[in-house]
Amino acid sequence: MPGDGSLERLRREGRIVVVGASLAGLRAAEALRAKGFEGSLTMIGDEPHEPYDRPPLSKQVLLGRAAADRTALPRLRPVDATWRLGVPASGLDMAARRVRLADGDEVPYDRLLIATGVRARPWPHEAEAELDGVFVLRTRDDSAALARRLDAGPKRVLVIGAGFTGSEIASACRERGLPVTVAERGSAPLVGALGGVVGSVAAELQREHGVDLRCGVMVTALEGDTSGRVRAAHLSDGSTVEADVVIVSLGATRNTEWLAGSGLGAGPRGIACDAGCRAFDIRGIVTDDIYAAGDVARSPHALFGYQFLSLEHWGNAVSQARIAAHNMLSESTDRLPHMEVPAFWSAQFGVNIKSVGAPSLGTEILISQGSLQERRFVGVYGYQGRVIGAVAFDHARWLPFYRELIETTASFPPPFDNVDRRPGGQRPIDADFPDPSVPTHGPTVTLSGYSPADRRMTFTPAH
Amino acid sequence: MTQSLLHQILDHANRANPYPLYEELRKTPVHHVDGGPYVVSTYYEIRSLLHDPRISSDVRNLASTARDPLAGPAQEESALPPSFLRLDPPEHDRLRRMTNRPFGPPHSPRRIDGMRGELHDIVSGLIDDIGDPDRIDLVDQFSYPFPVTVICRLLGVPREDEARFHTWADTLAASLDPDPDADPAERGKGANEARMQLGMYLAGLIEERRKNPGDDMLSRLATAQGEDGAMTTMELLSTAALLLIAGHETTVNLITNGMLTLLRHPDVLQRLREDPGFAVPLVEELLRFEPPVQLVPQRTTLADIEVRGVTIPKGASLWLVLASGNRDPQRFEDPDRFDPDRRDIQHLGLGSGIHSCFGAPLARLEAQFALSELARRLENPRLLEDPPPYRQNAVLRGPRHLPISCDGIRP
Ligand SMILES: Cc1cc2nc3c(=O)[nH]c(=O)nc-3n(C[C@H](O)[C@H](O)[C@H](O)COP(=O)(O)OP(=O)(O)OC[C@H]3O[C@@H](n4cnc5c(N)ncnc54)[C@H](O)[C@@H]3O)c2cc1C
Ligand code: HEM
Repeated sequence: MPGDGSLERLRREGRIVVVGASLAGLRAAEALRAKGFEGSLTMIGDEPHEPYDRPPLSKQVLLGRAAADRTALPRLRPVDATWRLGVPASGLDMAARRVRLADGDEVPYDRLLIATGVRARPWPHEAEAELDGVFVLRTRDDSAALARRLDAGPKRVLVIGAGFTGSEIASACRERGLPVTVAERGSAPLVGALGGVVGSVAAELQREHGVDLRCGVMVTALEGDTSGRVRAAHLSDGSTVEADVVIVSLGATRNTEWLAGSGLGAGPRGIACDAGCRAFDIRGIVTDDIYAAGDVARSPHALFGYQFLSLEHWGNAVSQARIAAHNMLSESTDRLPHMEVPAFWSAQFGVNIKSVGAPSLGTEILISQGSLQERRFVGVYGYQGRVIGAVAFDHARWLPFYRELIETTASFPPPFDNVDRRPGGQRPIDADFPDPSVPTHGPTVTLSGYSPADRRMTFTPAH
Repeated sequence: MTQSLLHQILDHANRANPYPLYEELRKTPVHHVDGGPYVVSTYYEIRSLLHDPRISSDVRNLASTARDPLAGPAQEESALPPSFLRLDPPEHDRLRRMTNRPFGPPHSPRRIDGMRGELHDIVSGLIDDIGDPDRIDLVDQFSYPFPVTVICRLLGVPREDEARFHTWADTLAASLDPDPDADPAERGKGANEARMQLGMYLAGLIEERRKNPGDDMLSRLATAQGEDGAMTTMELLSTAALLLIAGHETTVNLITNGMLTLLRHPDVLQRLREDPGFAVPLVEELLRFEPPVQLVPQRTTLADIEVRGVTIPKGASLWLVLASGNRDPQRFEDPDRFDPDRRDIQHLGLGSGIHSCFGAPLARLEAQFALSELARRLENPRLLEDPPPYRQNAVLRGPRHLPISCDGIRP
């Protein structure tokens, strides 16, 4: 109730619980303390580690330039909290306001932040996934184990799936001089996130760096030797790739199973929340004490017609965490919406790739600066006559301009002349995204409908 | 009335403290008087324009009708092709990339760090040579010679030639700072001659380095064989001259403004004396508070652009007043306060976007070394004149002299 002192009490002696002690969880905790929250703060995380950063896990760590256990997130301020690490939350009682832990404990809360993120989608055949030499990459332990195996000098590495993570892994392996095969179901790497026009540039990059890139194929089976080590993969085109390391990079699954039956609007597509990060219950009614942030959240975005958007972006986790922390401690009229334009970066094959907005929602693309041939360019994505996203290859310094175009719903194609417009960049062309009903593991921005209670799952594993 | 605001800013009488004029200027974020440039003075608008691909740094795009009150005999007149400061992509990107190869990450991550010892020695040597502590001109005795020596070492100019290099640099710097009483034709001649001699000297040095390359920048640039091919000799000359000019007056002013500001804030000076590491945030705040490059005057619109309700037509000349953006209260809390403890300090002092300062890591390191050593070694330093006499130049603004005294020089 505004003005009845309850907010003041919450600030002074309330109990805030954060489930998921990673990027979003930590940044929210810091923001809560920075905003003067003096009550008790409990951080629950199933990983035994202090919060660490994931982007280096597919980059510096695999190159041996950073140790996996040296990726702890920098602390922006000291956080006084009770850390319950190594214990997953296993249930939620919304009525009693308690989080159940796997070890039987129950933790009561006045405000709850859910930041349980996603996990790597495993290889669908369990026995094959168990083979020695088969990896996924999401956690510090995954990365450490994979880096160790790469150190040992495998004969060939097979990467299944050429989304951002898979492509970065392939890049790191090539930089280490390891033979690499990449198998991608789509027509090109990154095609789900950036479309076929840009995907074909990514394909050239890979091939030029010596990747044995196979597109339009699926891996149908992994084969082990008698001692249980992976030795080969069979592809849908009938070919076989001999590889002693296989990395399954088929996208992610939201960590929401622990909320099943709780009544919260959580499902395979994430936790639905409003623009202020407050979670919806399954009836589509917004809760006032449960918030969600980061990879696990899906929330309506003003720029995309208030459709629900799921983002697996570092920057999104940080900004949602701050919004959630702010709103937890604010009167309803002081709450802030999460409106940041999505942004994502990746480093692979010596190129710095950065995107803003939602390229994967675009239908057309125009190369507004630079050229695809030089692999240094800005591509602008259009959707129904407006600018909806942009991607830069080694051109990141221009992106703030395109972010403004997206924010102001500028018209597409952008009519202006500029410092590096080439003849080929005068005309938009089809961005060549795969049919959305065809599963890809590429996009890091996904529209997921208008309904907060929408729990349908559209992704069907490829195998 | 408004016409006079721009003239007031250019008027030398206001050089010591232009900030109240900038405050006035910000009331009209896009200021324009017939025939003059479009002057942009607010933080967010400047930052947007620095990232706007419709803005060119190539003066050849300027409509012939646009006049620039800064254009005059002091402007570069030389046979050299434009340096990358004045080029647009893709030429800009190619030359900057090639110049960066022997300078910074990813190819040369250790070049700047490797200069620490050398920077320290140069600073120590200059302070050792100060002499009479009762009357020091910090500009002539310290700030001025320091960056030229650094650029010489960076480029690989042999020690025995450094003195000649200093003379040319002085003449060129003076031409950027017109003395209103001197004959402009004479001055222009002197500068052109210096430029010629410098060019010929560098051409000779490049020839020599092609034959006997060392690890210096010039050798590496002269023998480069990267994905971008090689620089022509003309491009190389332009680039070397750019490094010299862009890295000279700017650094002089940063160090001089820095010492002046420290002497006006003795508590901050004391903190620096006790903790040399404090130089890092201090230099950042200096770049906000007293930026050596007050405005960038060489920008041209390639299309009609709307900024804050004003349409700037294609081909117009644009001034981006970085120093005013740095004091914009919409962006910085209590902007006129010098506060090295500020955490939120994304200033515009080194520009932004593709032309953002190429030498930034070196510039920062130079200023950090210089100021922390001066703080440590000068005993009880005092300003002899406040404000000190300023140079003419309104763009590269800074004191012509900084007379100070101290009780002695610590070892
Ligand atoms: C290899 C890799 C490279 C990446 N590179 C980039 C990049 O270059 N650029 C970019 O923008 N983004 C990148 N990302 C994405 C970015 O790291 C994520 O967006 C970010 O980590 C999201 O943070 P989060 O806190 O929401 O979720 P997460 O980091 O996934 O954290 C969720 C935490 O909650 C824990 N958890 C889950 N269930 C429970 C439970 N029931 N109880 C307790 N704890 C639980 C998880 O174990 C995990 O520790 C990369 C990700 C990976 C894996
Ligand atoms: C304190 C010192 C310095 C300051 C304040 C400064 C400031 C700036 C600014 C504001 C720009 C942007 C100009 C524009 O946008 O048009 C710039 C560009 C540049 N600076 Fe600096 N600079 C400093 C030192 C140096 C040094 C030491 C070097 C060389 C080693 C250097 C080399 C350059 C170059 C080459 C450019 C052009 C970059 C481009 O066009 O891409 N600067 N500088």
